[in-house]
Amino acid sequence: MQKITGLAKKRILELLADGTVTKVLGWVPGDFCYDVTPAYFETAEEVEGMIYDSFCGANLSKYLINGCKTLEEGGKILVLLKPCDTYSFNQLLNEHRIDRDKIYVIGVGCKGMADIEKIKAQGVKGVTKIIDNGDTFEIKTIYGDKTVAKKDVLLEKCLSCKGKEHKAFDEVIDPEPETEQEIKDRFEKVKEVEAMTAEERYNFWSGELSKCIRCNACRNICPACSCMKCVFDNPRSGVASKANTDTFEEKMFHIIRAFHVAGRCTDCGECSRVCPQGIPLHLLNRKFIKDINEFYGDYQAGEEEGQRAPLVNFDFEDVEPSIVEEKGGN
Amino acid sequence: MQRIGVFVCWCGSNIAATVDVAKVVEAVRNEPGVCYAQDYQYMCSEAGQGLIKTAIKEHGLTGIVVCSCSPRMHEATFRKTAEAAGVNPYMVEIANIREHCSWIHKDKDEATEKAIILARAAIAKVNLNAPLQPGESAVVKRALVIGGGIAGLQSAIDIADAGYKVDIVEKSPTIGGKMAQLDKTFPTLDCAACILTPKMVEAAQHPNITLYTYSEVAEVKGFVGNFTVKIKKKARFVDETKCTGCAVCTEKCPSRKGLNEFNCGLNKRGAVYIPFAQAVPNVAVIDQTQCLHFKTGKCGICEKNCSAGAIKFDQQDEYLEEKYGAIVVATGFQITDVTKFDEFQYTKHPDVITSLELERIMNAAGPTKGTLLRMSNMEHPKDIVFIQCVGSRDNTARGKTYCSKICCMYTAKHAMLIREKYPDVNVHVFYIDVRTPGKNFDEFYRRAVEQYNVDYIKGMVGKVWENADGRLTVQASDLISNEQILLDTDMVVLAAAVEPSDGVKNIATMLTASIDTNNFLTEAHPKLRPVESPTAGVFLSGVCQGPKDIPETVSQAGAAAIKVVGLLAKDKLVTNPCTAGPDEMMCNGCSTCANVCPYGAIDYVDKEFRIPGGVEVRRVARVNGALCQGCGACTVACPSGAMDLKGFSNRQIMAEVDAICK
Repeated sequence: MQKITGLAKKRILELLADGTVTKVLGWVPGDFCYDVTPAYFETAEEVEGMIYDSFCGANLSKYLINGCKTLEEGGKILVLLKPCDTYSFNQLLNEHRIDRDKIYVIGVGCKGMADIEKIKAQGVKGVTKIIDNGDTFEIKTIYGDKTVAKKDVLLEKCLSCKGKEHKAFDEVIDPEPETEQEIKDRFEKVKEVEAMTAEERYNFWSGELSKCIRCNACRNICPACSCMKCVFDNPRSGVASKANTDTFEEKMFHIIRAFHVAGRCTDCGECSRVCPQGIPLHLLNRKFIKDINEFYGDYQAGEEEGQRAPLVNFDFEDVEPSIVEEKGGN
Repeated sequence: MQRIGVFVCWCGSNIAATVDVAKVVEAVRNEPGVCYAQDYQYMCSEAGQGLIKTAIKEHGLTGIVVCSCSPRMHEATFRKTAEAAGVNPYMVEIANIREHCSWIHKDKDEATEKAIILARAAIAKVNLNAPLQPGESAVVKRALVIGGGIAGLQSAIDIADAGYKVDIVEKSPTIGGKMAQLDKTFPTLDCAACILTPKMVEAAQHPNITLYTYSEVAEVKGFVGNFTVKIKKKARFVDETKCTGCAVCTEKCPSRKGLNEFNCGLNKRGAVYIPFAQAVPNVAVIDQTQCLHFKTGKCGICEKNCSAGAIKFDQQDEYLEEKYGAIVVATGFQITDVTKFDEFQYTKHPDVITSLELERIMNAAGPTKGTLLRMSNMEHPKDIVFIQCVGSRDNTARGKTYCSKICCMYTAKHAMLIREKYPDVNVHVFYIDVRTPGKNFDEFYRRAVEQYNVDYIKGMVGKVWENADGRLTVQASDLISNEQILLDTDMVVLAAAVEPSDGVKNIATMLTASIDTNNFLTEAHPKLRPVESPTAGVFLSGVCQGPKDIPETVSQAGAAAIKVVGLLAKDKLVTNPCTAGPDEMMCNGCSTCANVCPYGAIDYVDKEFRIPGGVEVRRVARVNGALCQGCGACTVACPSGAMDLKGFSNRQIMAEVDAICK
């Protein structure tokens, strides 16, 4: 990781110096070392403060929407994208939300990103510093040192990593050799929920969604949620509301959101990552993805630029509406 | 605020017997916006329409709700009424309290309650209606006929005779369709070829008709009056303009393995072939799957022997695009796959054949030169068994529930022709019912029974098996004498069900024309608009709409043609003003709407918008009102809800739903 950071910084400074780019979108540390935040850099001094470590889980693609809009005439934004981030990037290109000509993509290699909540769940408190030793993290705390295995604390999205290949880039910086990683079936939990009885499933989701405080973090972070005006903010839509006033509304918000991103969600996992209540929101999206794969053939949103999504495409092989009945619904 | 009048129709007793119309009037009188409500026996009558006009004038109504039959029936009527009284026709809403209510309910209280709810929904919608102005679109004075069988030919000739250009697209190498394969036609027993082939020639030589044989419709865009159709001309590997139809190539071709489609595969043909002697166009075609040149790269005997130099091994599929004002679907039928009914041994014994195969065997140009022979040993049969309703009137998954309509008559024809020509052959017919409605039909069937002594047995065949001597035994039940019978026979003929051609689903999808559960195309109205599809500008001709015989097909083909002529005779069509449009302040420019638009009506423009502190250029959707058909696909696909449909806005629909759920 440190190697990439060094190489990336070097390249960024070159590109800023020769005028290829005017702005850089990367990450900076927050109040704590694990508390990494997306940030723009415009000068060499600012770039010095940039980091790229195992806590840079944040997907920077969505920031490009506003970035492109507010970019000065003739400017260009350099963005650092991890392999999985490039799927969201392509999806935004396909939806004409960002302008490829205004963006310079440096694809950065990734070995999986860590989830601080999982580290804390191992009883780690009062973190002062985290040293990345490849397979392990050496964690300095005010109560002493602790070591955790990296594979035990990976972000949910990294457990079923889509691969180390960047799907969009101008150049790639990935000097470190590939390491073996066990890939979990991303539909494992979905299948478990599917196997429940209707009542069990209702109770499962009621339990999860009742935790929602309607902070809108999931919506605001979601690269697919990029509408000029969200239906939840539009008084004419009939569903606008700022808070969950009853149990129906807390479900409605998430179900409508899942429908709105269906077929467009790249499964970047940002919704679950940012949820302060730990609701497994990615499960709703994965259920849609699983159904789309089964009904229309395997499809990965954002895999390539210019692809046509199954939900806005017609094919004679498409399932007939009777599938609802065949699957036991009515 | 609207001033709404509600008019509740009795429809004689159709509605009034099940719905308490007076109660509906009372219930809606105090709905928001309603300032007048009345019931009347026949609202669609002149007097009823007069009531509406008077009420509009006297009460200054701005919106009308008519609680009556389906809008498909009389929406246009009441729109005209409103317009005549000075109210915009799109301020009229219909609450369907007949088809959706009185006809499907028995309990008067329940039906009345539902009628009130439906009326409330319509009132809630009218409260949000706005006057709409229709536009105009031009009509392309050219028709497309899909299918070159008797249905398509008749429609095309009739349209062409009226002075309009017509193109026929036929998927096989020749026009003529199934009728060309028939030997004689019931009930007059005139030879099919003698009455069909002159029509084929007429179509080919007609100055207004262009034939595209061995071609398929690849893509349809546009709408009534203005369709753009992409036609795929499959490579024949023969230059149509050079081939003289001399058939030397077909004789010289060393490949003899291709099944002769025209003879139902009962004999073989060369890889280069002309489907039959009277084919139109009389041009050879090369079957790429059989041709040695394509298989091995060698041969080329046809090319060497063609004095016209017409063989073109490098010919490619061609695509051409043409504009049409109207489209006639005449895709016809095929017989159902009889291999599903293997208790009759069709796949195992060559003497078990379909009726269409028998037509070829009886035909002078057929595989036996018209002599009735068993296909197994080319010997003269002594007994023939006909089995009716193979796959028709069959409620199991492998069959069709409907009656194929033509089988009773053609079986009587076959039986009679065989008894006439070969009086020594015993003919037995197993049937469920003999159905012979039609001019001179029953007389025809009676003749088979009484004059030709055809043995009609009421009962179905259970199974057929082969005996040691190569003959067949038929096990059946005789329902009249109530006994099981075993019958030895030489041949078994299956009257297989008629079903729509395989390709029809594709074509219906391209045309957005609806099909029923059996893949027959649906009519706009089963009684009053039987030759029109519910999709404007698409017309139905022949068996693609339902089983029918030749006289009926020809009548329907003519009817479809006059509907086409009626459309093409117009210079302009009034367009539907219920089109989509984006709220540009909410449009993301994401292209989802354009992706789902079946009419290609949406494109995008970069537009300047004033925002706090300056001007922003954004990509936003733009709808071409002339192309938009108001299907609403874009409005549901739009993630932000920016796209809306005039006359059916999201707010209007939600208001209706709210009124229903109140």
